[in-house]
Amino acid sequence: MKGNSSNSGNPQQGQHSASAGTLAASPRSRPRPRLAVFKFASCDGCQLSLLDCEDELLAAAEAVEIAYFPEASSRMEPGPYDLALVEGSITTPHDAQRIQEVRRCSRFVVTIGACATAGGIQSLKNWAHHEDYLKWVYARPEFISTLATSTPIADHIRVDYELRGCPINRHQLLEVILAFVRGQRPKLATHSVCLDCKLKGTVCVEVAQGIPCLGPITHTGCGAICPTYDRGCYGCFGPAAQPNCRSLTDHCLQTGTSASTLLPLLRNFNGYAPEFREASNRVEALSAAAASVKEPIDE
Amino acid sequence: MSETRSIRVEALTRVEGEGGLHIRLNGSEIEDVQLSIYEPPRFFEGFLRGRPLEDVPDITARICGICPVAYQMSAVHALESALGVSPGPEIRRLRRLLYCGEWIESHGLHMHLLQAPDFFGAASGIELAARFPKEVNRGLQLKKHGNTLLEVLGGRAIHPVNVAVGGFYKAPSRDQLQDLIPSFEWGLQAAIDATRWVAGFDFPDFEQPCEMVSLQHPDEYPMNEGRVVSVSGLSVDVADYEREFVESHVAHSTALHSLRTADQSSYHVGPLARINLNRDRLCDNAKRIADEIGFETPCFNRFKAIIARGLEVIHAFDEGLAILKDYQPFRPSRLPYSYRNGEGCAATEAPRGLIYHRYRITDDGKIAEAKIVPPTSQNQRQIELDLIQWLPRVMGESDQRTADECERLIRSYDPCISCSTHFLKLTVDRQSDERGPKVSL
Repeated sequence: MKGNSSNSGNPQQGQHSASAGTLAASPRSRPRPRLAVFKFASCDGCQLSLLDCEDELLAAAEAVEIAYFPEASSRMEPGPYDLALVEGSITTPHDAQRIQEVRRCSRFVVTIGACATAGGIQSLKNWAHHEDYLKWVYARPEFISTLATSTPIADHIRVDYELRGCPINRHQLLEVILAFVRGQRPKLATHSVCLDCKLKGTVCVEVAQGIPCLGPITHTGCGAICPTYDRGCYGCFGPAAQPNCRSLTDHCLQTGTSASTLLPLLRNFNGYAPEFREASNRVEALSAAAASVKEPIDE
Repeated sequence: MSETRSIRVEALTRVEGEGGLHIRLNGSEIEDVQLSIYEPPRFFEGFLRGRPLEDVPDITARICGICPVAYQMSAVHALESALGVSPGPEIRRLRRLLYCGEWIESHGLHMHLLQAPDFFGAASGIELAARFPKEVNRGLQLKKHGNTLLEVLGGRAIHPVNVAVGGFYKAPSRDQLQDLIPSFEWGLQAAIDATRWVAGFDFPDFEQPCEMVSLQHPDEYPMNEGRVVSVSGLSVDVADYEREFVESHVAHSTALHSLRTADQSSYHVGPLARINLNRDRLCDNAKRIADEIGFETPCFNRFKAIIARGLEVIHAFDEGLAILKDYQPFRPSRLPYSYRNGEGCAATEAPRGLIYHRYRITDDGKIAEAKIVPPTSQNQRQIELDLIQWLPRVMGESDQRTADECERLIRSYDPCISCSTHFLKLTVDRQSDERGPKVSL
């Protein structure tokens, strides 16, 4: 269930979008599959990706019945739904209940984006004192009702597919919708961003410039954008399949990247994804151990 | 005695993020209007503390998927102020270009898919497309050109990766930007046509003078910098923003309302405020179209924000085109800086209005304190007051119709409820004592 679960995909999957033609060719004789889009704690960017399919949007709306998508339509049809896209993480008691209702009324649940699949940037509070955050941000903390944690949807309900990314890739989103419409499982690649750079011919920013880069452990899907723009990957598509996080973090620490640089790099948009979480906790523990024996850590 | 009538819109639609509306009427008397926001809090200002300052543009972008550039721009300007560096004209122009891309995609979305359906009783832009296929498709293409610019200059449209403290990680090549010129030439004309189209809509006669606030620059239409000015004559440096405006935490609203400090009064930010205060700084094409369609300023009709957005899209294509044509690659793409203890603030113009950031930084390059005031929390009280004026016009209708009309007014603000730095879980209590704005800072 974790991760884009097929590994038979094309490394260039970001390139082949579902075209308007293939979507529109969906047979109209049968009732159209009913699509719903739900939002939890998030920035709206992943559901916006659907509206950013400017060339395919109107055809897509022919192929599926957009039954519930409050950001785009005032017509909100009740369930059941064939496919629910869920954006956002669970951060309030009310949302912890609401996601159960989403599961009950949906045949397939697909979580979209780092918030829904890994808890999102707001999961940084999982390492902090919740009370401090309340106090720092709000004058009247007593008005607020939230959970102390931000957790991914799959911690609460059974999820049929997880689409990674902060934000998701809109071409992949169309692929996934199209696959479910056809009764197939989506087939998206699960290799690392590092391989994408090799395929693109991008000079390695880590090797050539010594910039810390999470490319070797990060899931493909963004198109390896950051190294193309002369910066290291910051892991916004979450862990790749079987990432060797220990090897990468050891390499970084041994080649002059400080723990204080590596820790926030691992602990960001997908920081609460198990592999990244374990890696950052380990770096933190190593750093604390080094400090406790009064040896200067590599800063 | 009159019967109490309670109207609730549990989920506002065609807005970004999650909010609701609760109205209580007693006969012809409006007892209560509450724009409620139940977007879960995400505590950005909390977890920014202790982060490397270089992370701030990437992290604050995630406050809002619709206007990430607004957060990135405000963050880098505020941090550069704290660091004591000021990027030169090349970086400045590229930042304006990036902002043009965001204004185009955000305004294009709102005009065609979110607000226009209201003028034709359509539930969505997709429904509207059945009646106006040419216009909606043109709107989608306009929006796409804004997104394409963001992809080229920022790496991607949602949460661009190329914005750095000090400038850009990488300056684009001349060819990359030259390639966009034909689509921007098309876009300029299409934006003119789109603005003419929306200007012909049937607008309710709803002029409600109120305080309107925006940035103002001596010779540019405001985006990245300027003084904070208002239609009532306020003109202060951004550094004085927190003296002039105060946030209050009210139970019913779920968000921190922003108010004028002096008299605790509400105000309005957004495209109408910008155009009312800066019409003479629009590009010639936008000025010409504003004159042609008879757009009178100051305009206080909230529904006509759609026209202001159209004029701003014209401006963004026009100015964007000029920057694309003149562009020459430059080095370094970002300025070096040294860490120091300091504090800096900045305000920029998000598509939906003025946005303010302030950061305190330490000499090891970390964030000690962050304050972010998004546009929608500034508009929230004004929206409630507008609804009180609007309700007598529409409350004779059925509850559903009344609710629809109220939602329509709210939508004209293009509220971005996802900008949830300050938004908290709502506890609705009809008998709440915390009805009015109370300052609790």
